[in-house]
Amino acid sequence: MAASKQKKSGFQNPVIRWIDDRLPIFTMMDKEYGAYPTPKNFNYFWNFGAIAMVMLVLMIVTGVFLAMSYTPHTSMAFDSVERIMRDVNYGWMLRYLHMNGAHFFFIAVYIHIFRGLYYGSYKRPRELLWILGVLIFLLMMATAFMGYSLPWSQMSGWGVTVITNLFSAIPFFGDAIVTWLWGGPSVGNPTLNRFFALHYLLPFVIVGVVFLHVWALHVSGSGNPSGVEPKTKKDTVPFHPYYTIKDTFGLTVFMFVYMAVVFFAPLALSHADHFQPFDPLVTPEQIVPEWYFLPFYAILRAFTMDIVFPFTGWITDGGIVFTAKLQGVIAMFGAIIVLFFLPWLDKSPVRSARYRPAYRWCNYLLVVAMVLLGYAGAQPAEGTMLWIARGATAYYFAHFLVLIPLLSRYEKTLPLPKSINEAVLKDKEEAQ
Amino acid sequence: MASKKDDETQTRRDFLNLTVGAMGAVGIGAAMVPLVDSMNPAADTLALATIEVDISEIEVGQTRVVQWQGKPVFIKHRTPEEIEQAQADDNAPNLTDPEPDSARVQKPEWLIVVGVCTHLGCIPQGSKTGQPRGDFEGWFCPCHGSHYDTSGRMRAGPAPKNLPVPPYEFLSDTVVRIG
Repeated sequence: MAASKQKKSGFQNPVIRWIDDRLPIFTMMDKEYGAYPTPKNFNYFWNFGAIAMVMLVLMIVTGVFLAMSYTPHTSMAFDSVERIMRDVNYGWMLRYLHMNGAHFFFIAVYIHIFRGLYYGSYKRPRELLWILGVLIFLLMMATAFMGYSLPWSQMSGWGVTVITNLFSAIPFFGDAIVTWLWGGPSVGNPTLNRFFALHYLLPFVIVGVVFLHVWALHVSGSGNPSGVEPKTKKDTVPFHPYYTIKDTFGLTVFMFVYMAVVFFAPLALSHADHFQPFDPLVTPEQIVPEWYFLPFYAILRAFTMDIVFPFTGWITDGGIVFTAKLQGVIAMFGAIIVLFFLPWLDKSPVRSARYRPAYRWCNYLLVVAMVLLGYAGAQPAEGTMLWIARGATAYYFAHFLVLIPLLSRYEKTLPLPKSINEAVLKDKEEAQ
Repeated sequence: MASKKDDETQTRRDFLNLTVGAMGAVGIGAAMVPLVDSMNPAADTLALATIEVDISEIEVGQTRVVQWQGKPVFIKHRTPEEIEQAQADDNAPNLTDPEPDSARVQKPEWLIVVGVCTHLGCIPQGSKTGQPRGDFEGWFCPCHGSHYDTSGRMRAGPAPKNLPVPPYEFLSDTVVRIG
């Protein structure tokens, strides 16, 4: 403490210096976002953390202004959203930015997660950093789900019904939990009201966890495509201006695509049933979640066979049954829970898939499995589609629970470069 | 300096810390109760519990859908064939949740069930003419493909239970009170 007090902050501006001597916020910003030594070999995959952070801010800003014109009551919610679209100044723009913002936020985060998987970003000493990231992902899913309920459309109401009903699979307390979630005997006004409150609250919780995520990142330092930690000054560059400018460039490209969708195809990712008011007596022909939930939805529906535990007939009539519903629910949540344990499932000392040929292929297969699951999740769960979903589900779990532990033991990895600098020079040589 | 006396004070300090910690935990737990319970159904929500329905205009073979507690209730005026089929299937091997038809109706011609699929809460189709009724001529849930028979019993698909029978009472031959 004494040392930092004596050290004169080098700021020229007297106002900044006055503030910094009392609350060293400028020193902190300079340390974490100016001088912060960053591996010099980032590729564009390293843009997506910053992009996701910008999307989070954008969602909060548009969301706060939308909330000023929105009414969280079952009899008025749908109309208030239509009013935002037609009558509120720039309401249409706020809403299209917000609803498509959710899509692009998830695009950024999925790429960010893939980056982490491919380059082994979750490995020691970044386990907690990774866990906080998975937590952010979970919070995002909850927030997105509740946000989707707010227009109180057919898709909103029935999406809420189906997803809250998942909890009824919990043995003994299931129905009580579902009633508690609803605040009544069915999905209704109390449900909408609390979902609005939580949809407004959770983004700020996400901001808090993002803060911890970034804090943890700045303790361990950023990873990099070679997976080798920086050793000398030759391996790093200061964050500013090198990565502020690279992030800005990547963000600009990302924003181009996002804005193109917002202004030229704002409903490209929407479902027609999302534009009809909720009718609790009529279920739409097919309930399809938003694309970013589809892989997990497909996992949920991949389980269709009850399992009766043998020799339990004496306990209850027909024996104790492990219902297909409960299996699906456990698998769906398990698909995310397993990510929390990834740092301990993968014991390979080599981080980057660049130097892990077999793991690299498994990673591509995982992407294929996710795409297949996503496709199957949008189709009726029957026939070939159901088998595709089952196969992809099997791969998903085998990837994390079987392949990764086996690979970390038996895979023959390629020789690692001695340093980031060496890896960069070698890449350059090969390019010439 | 480390003496017996030090150890004793440590123990007393530990005991106090533990007690204070435990009291704090109990206090926080107690404070959670009203917060969590406030999310349970409110008194006025619970009060909207019964409806009376005039069933005189429901023809044989027709199903009327009424709303009770925000949920649809199917009132099905069953044909003699449907009643026969339902009773004949009492011991069918594909009953997921075995129950005789007689336990599910007060009068065989009137089947009254909550029209919410026991899988994930969708409304099964088959109440209106032209809608798919599934392989067992009752209802078919479009969400995940559960089939219900003419007694509202689960026969095929992912749902774990039969369509539940709500509490109801025939006030007269033409009026039924649900709830």
